[in-house]
Amino acid sequence: MAIEVRIPTILRTYTGGAKSVQASGDTIAGLIADLDSQHTGLGERLVDGAGLRRFVNVYLNDEDVRFLGGLDARVKDGDTVTVLPAVAGG
Amino acid sequence: MRFDSILDSVGGTPLVGLPHLSPSPSTRLWAKLEDRNPTGSVKDRVALAMIAAAEKEGRLAKGATILEPTSGNTGISLAMIAQLRGYRLICVMPENTSAERTQLLQMFGASIIYSPAAGGSNEAVRVARKLAGENPDWVLLYQYGNEANARVHYESTGPELLADLPEITHFVAGLGTTGTLMGTGRFLREHVAGVQIVAAEPRYGELVYGLRNMDEGFVPELYDDSVLTSRFSVSAADALRRTRELVHEEGIFAGISAGCVVHAGIALAERARALGERAEIALLIADGGWKYLSTGAFAGTLAEAEARIEGELWA
Repeated sequence: MAIEVRIPTILRTYTGGAKSVQASGDTIAGLIADLDSQHTGLGERLVDGAGLRRFVNVYLNDEDVRFLGGLDARVKDGDTVTVLPAVAGG
Repeated sequence: MRFDSILDSVGGTPLVGLPHLSPSPSTRLWAKLEDRNPTGSVKDRVALAMIAAAEKEGRLAKGATILEPTSGNTGISLAMIAQLRGYRLICVMPENTSAERTQLLQMFGASIIYSPAAGGSNEAVRVARKLAGENPDWVLLYQYGNEANARVHYESTGPELLADLPEITHFVAGLGTTGTLMGTGRFLREHVAGVQIVAAEPRYGELVYGLRNMDEGFVPELYDDSVLTSRFSVSAADALRRTRELVHEEGIFAGISAGCVVHAGIALAERARALGERAEIALLIADGGWKYLSTGAFAGTLAEAEARIEGELWA
């Protein structure tokens, strides 16, 4: 039960305003399921039937999980997961 | 080196070793210095290519008005070229960008429409699209979806890197429009078996991510994630620290996004060294440090600098 999940401003309505919350799981999918059980509705803001939502980026220890196996990416105690909306640059 | 004009000198930038930041002689970092372009950034390649393509397609004629959403560098490059070619340029730029960007754009004769700080470049894109709809005679080059953006890197940045570093194992660049990574990445993948194409993405302060609905995010039309092998999110603190290391360890005065790229590059080099693998890692240094002096990024302690750029679009 020791994975820190950082929540972006626009989703903090689901976490009572908390910037980061603790959750557990073996994979990103499991972690999101646990998050949703603690903060009802948060899960469906992150995933849809096809996987991670298009404009949602999830980083595991600063690396985009889409390149680590997506929802199947393995997580372990001590990891940090950061959720951010997709933004432009240039 | 002799050129007929400044525009003929775009590209052909040096690749320099980073002997002090490289972890070992077999895991080396190399910096491609894109600040050596005419207006001081990699975007000269992109701006010139987009204007040339639009001229070829007949979308631009003398006296035309170009409109572009930009956090700065693309606008500055377009402004220089537009002035020489007789086009008017209107840039839509987030208001939380450095003072130097405004000064440079105005110096080259561009007009600026500021978009709200909250939401960063996503807002600039939204405002520019709205303006383009209201002014159908304006030409929106739209770097985020303009094929010429990725193509110029496929045709120039990629071949230059391969010529200078045939043993390349990794290419790391910032992720903004994604054009640099898409074009250079595709070229290198076609020519170097197993090459890794790595994005280093700035992680801004909360303001930049805005308060709009999650479904109103933005992914550039050019982006194809199958070109990348990994993507790192780099905090302002890490980017600033690496930007200073570039100055102190290697004598390179680069913009803050370069720190982002160096941070990811060092992580890759350390990973390769731990595995006993060879690594020749090319890092794209998008611009110099000049445009960031007023942000305070180079003054005082790192904590002070980090506090100062909170809320700014620093890459």
